[in-house]
Amino acid sequence: MSHLGLIRAGLWRKPARTLYTMASIIVAFLLFGLLQGINQGFGSALASVDIDRLYVSARSNMTDGLPIAQLERIRAVPGVRSVSLWAYFGAYYQDARQPIPAFATDIEPLFDVYRDMEVKPEYLQAMARTRTGALISEALAREYGWKVGDRIMLGTSIWTDKNGSSSWAFDIVGTFDSSAYGAGFPGFYFNYSYFDEARAFGTGNVHYYIVAVNDPTRGEQVGRDIDALFANSSDETRTQTESALAQMQLKQLGDINFIVNAIVGAVLFTLLFLTANTMMQSVRERTSELAVLKTLGFSDTRVLVLVLMEALVLCVLAGAIGMALAVVAFEGGMLRQLFGNFSMPPTVIFMGAALALILALVSGLAPAWRASRLNIVDALAGR
Amino acid sequence: MHSCDLLSCVPAPVDCSGLPPRSPTRPLQMDAMPPLVALRNVTKRYTRGKQQVEVLHGVDLDIRQGEFLALMGPSGSGKTTLLNLIAGLDQPTSGEVSVAGQRIDSLSRASLAAWRARHIGFIFQFYNLLPVLTAAANVEVPLLLTNLTRTQRRERVATALRLVGLSERATHKPNELSGGQQQRVAIARAIVADPTLLVCDEPTGDLDRVSAEDIMQLLKAFSQHQGKTIVMVTHDPKAASYASRELHLDKGQLVDAPA
Repeated sequence: MSHLGLIRAGLWRKPARTLYTMASIIVAFLLFGLLQGINQGFGSALASVDIDRLYVSARSNMTDGLPIAQLERIRAVPGVRSVSLWAYFGAYYQDARQPIPAFATDIEPLFDVYRDMEVKPEYLQAMARTRTGALISEALAREYGWKVGDRIMLGTSIWTDKNGSSSWAFDIVGTFDSSAYGAGFPGFYFNYSYFDEARAFGTGNVHYYIVAVNDPTRGEQVGRDIDALFANSSDETRTQTESALAQMQLKQLGDINFIVNAIVGAVLFTLLFLTANTMMQSVRERTSELAVLKTLGFSDTRVLVLVLMEALVLCVLAGAIGMALAVVAFEGGMLRQLFGNFSMPPTVIFMGAALALILALVSGLAPAWRASRLNIVDALAGR
Repeated sequence: MHSCDLLSCVPAPVDCSGLPPRSPTRPLQMDAMPPLVALRNVTKRYTRGKQQVEVLHGVDLDIRQGEFLALMGPSGSGKTTLLNLIAGLDQPTSGEVSVAGQRIDSLSRASLAAWRARHIGFIFQFYNLLPVLTAAANVEVPLLLTNLTRTQRRERVATALRLVGLSERATHKPNELSGGQQQRVAIARAIVADPTLLVCDEPTGDLDRVSAEDIMQLLKAFSQHQGKTIVMVTHDPKAASYASRELHLDKGQLVDAPA
């Protein structure tokens, strides 16, 4: 037996209560680890997005579109390596509640702009041969059970063809692997030429030009050059880096950082009271036992440290389990499928450890102080 | 560090084999020796609500080394208060309390705690064992405040449990023991650090007659054969009869034994 034995004895005096409290702390730290991990993951993903890619859209509003005639002029801007395009299709499969991230594009340059997408050359050739061809991501193929050779019908809430139909037929000619860009990356591409010829309105417009630059350090300068090229024209452009665009899109979803911190803050604040209450109850129930320890010669400070250590062991152990579960969830694939290929940043683990310590100190201090100030005679007499 | 003397000199049927030899004890010259415990004009007042209650009124008391003193008296007479002052659990409102030549009435809380660890073994009426710990672990608790190694602590615990006849129950938790056995564990805990003074508050108050007699025999053995000083508060004249001296308290003052 050692002092650790006394700490263990204090914690296991009411095993059910300790286990329930531990479970609460584990869940809270799991939540903290997941939310902060995703938050930080977004942050680091944003920081590490390719800065050699630029997105050119209409200055007024992305939905206004830009004329296809700008494509060659952008290609001619010094520093531009490659240019592709996106025209947003607003697709769904069978039911409007099953949206499909589909874009009309110029397929070969697209794979030159997004070099980490992997596709077999024969699929690119098939796309060139097949007017109604579509390349889909492997994830999308798995999700809907589509395979090469399938003909599928997609509905769209925006576009009608020249026959007035909003159902469009596509022939799947190949798949690609876009896992390097995360699950949010669009997974359905078809030929812009087919789309532009068939649509009833908006002909000759695209929503984005995606520009790859030769020198990433000159990305912003190239962007300014592109915008300058079309300044004061009827189709002024706004060129953003990939990270700026991603941040803007995230802003549209709301301030994720704020939401995450608010949720985690509320959870930890509640947890603080829960743990403090548990510790206080534990000390109250053990008043006579703590008085006996003092009778045996345990000093006020030693008793204070004992109770604080109980809180510390409880919080740190449960916090570590919660964080470990969060790490497992990150490594386990489920979150990778959602958010792409990122692990829990070490910062979050350090933050979790610091939080566990703070939680232990704040929740344990009051009961520990109460225990240390216990009057032996009163406590033994049950007063 | 404390010696193991106490644990090495208890008569049969207690088995003391394996203990370090004890240095020869000189015969006690009771009258020539200064008292082990000396209280001078000790007063204790408590504040209860808005009222001040004086529990002890100018008590003078000497307890000699090796005495087994029984403190008796009706409820509320101040017995436990007096015991708490002697054990350093509480401090007098006025007066002096000295134990083994050291004034303890003016020690700080921290110093008093350290002093208790060195000098006092306390036996409670309701045993007050830590319920989650085994008998052996309960006995070991006071030794956590010493510099003994784990092995030395284990040896001492084993010896103490053997002395109280509970070697076979070392791994049992308090709820697996009878009242008498729990009190034996409490006695083992009280003696394991070889304190200067054993202080007992109604040690047989929660026991049946047979268990009570066993416990009193054990305490008497420690007193007679070890020369250990014991101060015991009791209501029970039978328990008090094991002591070498009886004192009576009434309304906060020491009085002659009632007829």
